[in-house]
Amino acid sequence: MATEKTTWIGRSVPRLEDPPLVTGRGRFAADINFPGQLHMRVVRSNHAHAKILSIDIAAARAMPGVYAAWTAADIPEVSPIDFREGRIEKLEPYRQPVLAKGRVRYVGEPVAVIFAEDAYAAEDAAEAVTVDVEELPVLLGADEPPGEFEPGRTTEVAVLVQGYGDVDAVFRTASKVVALDLVVGRHSGVPLETRGAIARYDASRDMLELHGAAKVPHRNRESLARMFGRSLASVHLFEWHVGGGFGIRGEIYPEDILVCVAAMRFNRPVKWIEDRQEHLVAANHSRQQRHKVRAAVDAEGRLLALDDTFFHDQGAYVRTHATRVPMMTCGILPGPYRVPAYRATGHVRLTNKTPAATYRSPGRFETTFVRERLMDAIAHELGIDRIELRRRNAVRKEDMPYALPLVVLGDEVEYDSGDYVGLLDKLLAHVGWDKLQADAKRRRDAGEAVGVGLSMFVEKSGLGPTDGTRVTVDTTGAVELVTGGASLGQGFETVMAQICADSLGVDYQRVRVVHGRTDRIEHGIGAHASRATVMTGSATQVAALKVREKALDVAAELMQAPVDKLDIIDGRVVRTDRPSGPSIGLGEIAAGLWPTRKTVGGREPGLSAEGWFHSEHQTYPYGVHIAVVKVDRETGGVTVERYIVGYDIGRAINPMLVEGQIVGGFAQGLGGAILEEFVYDERGQPLSVTFADYLLPTVRETPPVEVVLYEDYRSTRNPLGIKGAGEAGVTGVGGAIASAIDDAIGMPGAVTRLPVTPQRLKALLANGGRRPAT
Amino acid sequence: MTDKVEISLKINGREHRVAVEPRRTLVDVIREDCGQTGTHIGCEHGVCGACTVSIDGEPVRSCLMFAVQAAGRDIRTVEGLANGNDLHPLQKAFMEHHALQCGFCTPGFLMLASSVLEREPNISDEDLLDVLSSNLCRCTGYANIVKAVRAVAAQMRSR
Repeated sequence: MATEKTTWIGRSVPRLEDPPLVTGRGRFAADINFPGQLHMRVVRSNHAHAKILSIDIAAARAMPGVYAAWTAADIPEVSPIDFREGRIEKLEPYRQPVLAKGRVRYVGEPVAVIFAEDAYAAEDAAEAVTVDVEELPVLLGADEPPGEFEPGRTTEVAVLVQGYGDVDAVFRTASKVVALDLVVGRHSGVPLETRGAIARYDASRDMLELHGAAKVPHRNRESLARMFGRSLASVHLFEWHVGGGFGIRGEIYPEDILVCVAAMRFNRPVKWIEDRQEHLVAANHSRQQRHKVRAAVDAEGRLLALDDTFFHDQGAYVRTHATRVPMMTCGILPGPYRVPAYRATGHVRLTNKTPAATYRSPGRFETTFVRERLMDAIAHELGIDRIELRRRNAVRKEDMPYALPLVVLGDEVEYDSGDYVGLLDKLLAHVGWDKLQADAKRRRDAGEAVGVGLSMFVEKSGLGPTDGTRVTVDTTGAVELVTGGASLGQGFETVMAQICADSLGVDYQRVRVVHGRTDRIEHGIGAHASRATVMTGSATQVAALKVREKALDVAAELMQAPVDKLDIIDGRVVRTDRPSGPSIGLGEIAAGLWPTRKTVGGREPGLSAEGWFHSEHQTYPYGVHIAVVKVDRETGGVTVERYIVGYDIGRAINPMLVEGQIVGGFAQGLGGAILEEFVYDERGQPLSVTFADYLLPTVRETPPVEVVLYEDYRSTRNPLGIKGAGEAGVTGVGGAIASAIDDAIGMPGAVTRLPVTPQRLKALLANGGRRPAT
Repeated sequence: MTDKVEISLKINGREHRVAVEPRRTLVDVIREDCGQTGTHIGCEHGVCGACTVSIDGEPVRSCLMFAVQAAGRDIRTVEGLANGNDLHPLQKAFMEHHALQCGFCTPGFLMLASSVLEREPNISDEDLLDVLSSNLCRCTGYANIVKAVRAVAAQMRSR
């Protein structure tokens, strides 16, 4: 018998998720089928902005295999899609209707819907729907003057302002002002599994089920119950396997509502699986912003004030996230630097494009690009080394915790712990920064265009406010951990099992982790905002420790031993003072706590406990990205030769998975930096509607990433000291690669726009680094 | 709707007699008519490779082929990769090297790599990169997929 306690936290153990996934036994949305199901196909607008004159669905309705066809007129009772946080009166007029009413506002907007016995028949019928429209002028730029959304309402849905200090006064007296005009392109998560939604209604129990849920099943249950006027107990969501989330998957979209309404009305299951072309015009886009940013600095390059006016391209409607991304943009722009006076003004404006919302590292990918471009520009203009400039401005470790009168995700910003300069210096030493720069210079002198760049950032993670879990040991000694979390491929089950196993004293493979099921636990906030490990993990620890305490209490009685001489090792309670003595398994203790057993005594029956964890503030990990790139002056192509991420995670539960998150995040950042962009023509027709024009990085463009994990500064906001890992790989990529490209082509400040496509880079080279007319 | 054609598809050694419309893609028939849902659909235009299966030993995009074209041929899917409970070396290597996160692209990568390694056990690391660049993964950043496949290729070479 094991006498040494096995530690599970901090170990790169294999994932519990993998066996079904490598053998083809996963169950993704498209794999879910119910007897008698109908297949749904959405008819989408071909026009970016138009008045709907008529929609003819008669021909489609008459086609073989077609069960029903709807336009907005068929579902008058269905409201536009609610915000996740409930009512926000000012934004309500801009919510998306489930089917277009009166006007279409982007190409891809649902205008009608077909239900048929077979997916092919549904698609055939969708093509028979004719929509007669009168085209209206299109608005494609958030930096253009606002237009009319509807009579009496402009397309500027909000102007968000955050800041502190007398910014104008500082700028009036500052000796030096550096100003930039920067653009981040429109791109998005684009998971490899498209969306899917399968609804069924069981009239015998008056129960509505939605399968194919992800990310925030419990929050979506609340929204759906509210929209349908149903009790929470009569709506359940089920998350199966999810083929990537990245912020966009798992939000409530028109299709989710349509399958539910249809299932209830037809009393038949209804299945909808998105195709890729639909996905690229229908699922949330993200990122597109233009920033006019300026910094007031003193002669030594110290920031005195930061003033940013940005234009956030929201697309055609305000979806479930409301103004979360631009609000976050305002709150996190200062990042790792001390900014004495600050103002961010975000113009949130609608355009005739696919609606936008969060994509992994929302607001941080954008602001890190903006802020780090600005730091490079200040360094260049003042002739100060770019590292030295960052050292001078970074928040110091003695300033921690560092509070700012800013708000991120409804939370007041307070960086909890860290040493930003310390990490920077350690990472520079680790990579040999001076040699890296010298090597690049030598190659430039020999005619190559090679450069080195970096970006520094503060991440945010662990969004609260609360999470609860339930841990139960059954009579076989198996452990079930029921969470309100969600799994999008990140390794949620493994990490939760490790925390549970470590706290309780069992093998992590004995822990079955339940997530994404509203019928198993009442509350949950899901997996987003790098919150799962911090929040659900901490709640798991609380619950597991309670179960442990209960098990020891019972064991002390059964073994007639003092509790402080007992420990749980590999699922058995043993005496620490007599390791070879008798022991008792957790299964036997669970049997002793069976409700009918006398051994229950005055206790609650069952070897089970709920654990709750509350957090006032998020936790703020931080890091540095370093890029070495080579530019091909002939083609304008960028090759990333080397990429290093230094990141302080506080405490890694499973370093292999943390590294996986960072490397995978990097690849997405790389896409946004040089490849991926949703492009529109002047009439608002999307030009990136296949994987041939929307370019995801392949293995050829993606270099190996060196991840240097630090665990120097634990979070002070949870007992395990965890900070989140989900987004750090993405956050700094745009900034670091832009900086490296500048260096490679010897044109400081040349890159002002992402993605740096070959065409744009060639234009920059041709213009001698001046921004070409766009 | 067009008339259905009766065909026999041999998937992982088992015959499936199905009646399908001639326009029905192989991947839809494998998944819907034959119930083998391990093969995934990621783009339906031959770019992402999530639907890769092996046909007569060659990796094929099953979204770009009609089922009727595959009648009578030897189709292998991810469900047939393991030998009973004995996992294929690539399946083990993917788990060991953390070469999957959401797992949606995994069957396609496994079928691509297994077909290529079977045909070309001595493939160079560089050529292997070319092969792997034909499929997309959105989670892993590829590094661990490359490690896993290279590890198995090395094992096969040393055998």
